[in-house]
Amino acid sequence: MELNVSMINSDKSGSPDIQFDQVTKRYGDVVALDNVSLSVERGEFFSFLGPSGCGKTTSLRLIAGFEQPTQGNVQIGGVSVIGVPPHRRPVNMVFQHYALFPHMNVSDNIGYGLRQRSPKPPKSETYRQVDELLEMVQMSGYGKRRIWELSGGQQQRVALARALINKPTVLLLDEPLAALDRKLRRDMQIELQTLQRDVGITFILVTHDQEEALSMSDRICIMREGCVVQMGSPRDLYDQPSNLYVADFVGKSNFITGSVTNINGRYVTVEDANGRTFVGAPSASASGFSVGVAASIAIRPELIVVSSHNSCAVDMATDVALNGRIKNRIFLGEHTEYLIETDGLGDILVLSPKHIESKRGAFEPGEAVALGWKNAAALALEDS
Amino acid sequence: MTGESTKGRWLTVALLTPTSAWFLVMLVMPLVVVAIFSFGERSAVGGYTASFTFDQYANLPSRFTAFRNTLTYAPFGTLVSLLVAYPLAYFLAVKVSPKWRLLLLVLVIVPFWTSLLIRTYAWIFILGGRGIPTLLDYIGFEGVRLINTPFAVVVGIIYGYLPLMVFPIFVSLERLDKRLLEASNDLGGTPFRTFLQVTLPLSMPGVATGCMLVFILLMGEFLIPAFLGGGKVFFIGNALVDLFLQSRNWPFGSAVAVTLVIIMLITVSLYMRLTMGRAADRNESIM
Ligand SMILES: Nc1ncnc2c1ncn2[C@@H]1O[C@H](COP(=O)(O)OP(=O)(O)OP(=O)(O)O)[C@@H](O)[C@H]1O
Ligand SMILES: [Mg+2]
Repeated sequence: MELNVSMINSDKSGSPDIQFDQVTKRYGDVVALDNVSLSVERGEFFSFLGPSGCGKTTSLRLIAGFEQPTQGNVQIGGVSVIGVPPHRRPVNMVFQHYALFPHMNVSDNIGYGLRQRSPKPPKSETYRQVDELLEMVQMSGYGKRRIWELSGGQQQRVALARALINKPTVLLLDEPLAALDRKLRRDMQIELQTLQRDVGITFILVTHDQEEALSMSDRICIMREGCVVQMGSPRDLYDQPSNLYVADFVGKSNFITGSVTNINGRYVTVEDANGRTFVGAPSASASGFSVGVAASIAIRPELIVVSSHNSCAVDMATDVALNGRIKNRIFLGEHTEYLIETDGLGDILVLSPKHIESKRGAFEPGEAVALGWKNAAALALEDS
Repeated sequence: MTGESTKGRWLTVALLTPTSAWFLVMLVMPLVVVAIFSFGERSAVGGYTASFTFDQYANLPSRFTAFRNTLTYAPFGTLVSLLVAYPLAYFLAVKVSPKWRLLLLVLVIVPFWTSLLIRTYAWIFILGGRGIPTLLDYIGFEGVRLINTPFAVVVGIIYGYLPLMVFPIFVSLERLDKRLLEASNDLGGTPFRTFLQVTLPLSMPGVATGCMLVFILLMGEFLIPAFLGGGKVFFIGNALVDLFLQSRNWPFGSAVAVTLVIIMLITVSLYMRLTMGRAADRNESIM
């Protein structure tokens, strides 16, 4: 076993930590992964993001070795791991519901990985490393506790420590924070990020919480029905979504759907059902438009300007000007979120930063307002 | 509030009364009667004459063989049943696809649909002269005797008690969170080590329950040794049948029965201590 791990570890440096080459996974008739190719670089914080059932867990299980691909190749550190059982792979996993051993105390859970080695390290060494990890996850003194005497957040930490004790080259995390409450989740997100920087190993996170993926990852892989839709940095995905699905999934957006009527170099014109035209810049990662195809214009809520109705749209210097009425206001601390009912475009979401709000004063529900945006702020997107 | 709690108390009393009455009449009273008889004397025509003497207990050594047999066959039979039942339960709970599981489980219980008496008769034929020994004859092993041997008794015990052992173990294995096995695998545990360190310890409650059930029932067993042991393997159960039904020596029979109950209580409580102690021990580190 030792031999195998070191074999995998001693790869040619420079090859990515994890690589999928046209991986397909079928469960009977269900296609869980469909011809997926991707690579995760050393030391990267990589996330799989997508709705339920899109194949995120399946991807992790293929890396951990609990499943074998139906077709294609999976490599860890440049070496194919097809047929290598989980206990011989240099990756460890934090399970969705932690899967801590109920018949062992905290220390024994964390030390489990060390005890599987042959030869088994001496007890003193095991204790030393367990204590080190307990300290790292801020659980010093909890070693003798039983698993059921821990809170959800503490169990989460123990699971993390247990998965780190064998110093894996890649740590897999399957929705590790899903069971925690919002506040604790924020704290753990920050801790996980810090931890990843400290230990310097590759983290692969599965989540269906886009906020979590955006705030933590270096790179995100957006999936749908077993396929990769787009892969890129959070910024890329947010600013340059390749299609409507990604734009809708990552962050909030307003969409105007219609069909392409004109393409001129930098801009695409889309006509909506009412015959109004809107202009947007095609996303950098879009594959190309042609006149007549279905397309959407997307505008992020923070790029829309609102002013009171009588200060006319001219002084906002926007390319698109609309009238509307405030339908709802949500105060979010740094921002105020307005839902504005417009004629012809339905409800539009606007995010207004605090400094602007305090300058011109907040709008009240029912108040008539003018709103608009610059064409450069709008994105033209393909529909699929 | 007081009203609520008195009402609650009355409800508790009402719910527990039938059970307590049943327990008292059906379990405690007969035991008391047996205990009283055990200090009495056999009347001339058999049965019981009131008296207070320890003679019956002093006479216990005359049934030493029966005690010895029971106290060796019961633990041994329990152990062998466990060794046979565990792999079967493991197979049913872990390896078989859920589609087939129910059918196979039903097959394990099917024998219970006829009485043990009839099924043990069947074993007399299987192990008897015209059963397996005849087959062995054909392939060259002549003169093998199976019926009326300790072997036959053990076979009967395994056969009769297997389901009692399989079910509790099956339940504990079935309930076992399969992700724990994956976690162990993921952390470098080979399948065999995973079995030893995760599956086995977590199925111990089932093992303990199964062993307890089989052991207690085996201590009182008389049918299997009588049919398959042919009087050569004699349990306390057989001694009791003899004493009460043949020689009508009720006081001595009662003394034997009381002794059996006491032995049973002692072993079972020792066993509980041990398994509970184990559970408590697990609070200590296993590194
Ligand atoms: N063992 C299995 N047998 C059959 N189908 C499976 C199995 N595991 C997963 N699937 C199917 O494969 C698809 C992808 O499942 P997967 O668990 O990867 O989804 P997921 O993205 O992790 O979803 P979630 O966010 O709900 O956890 C689903 O349609 C699921 O029903
Ligand atoms: Mg999942």
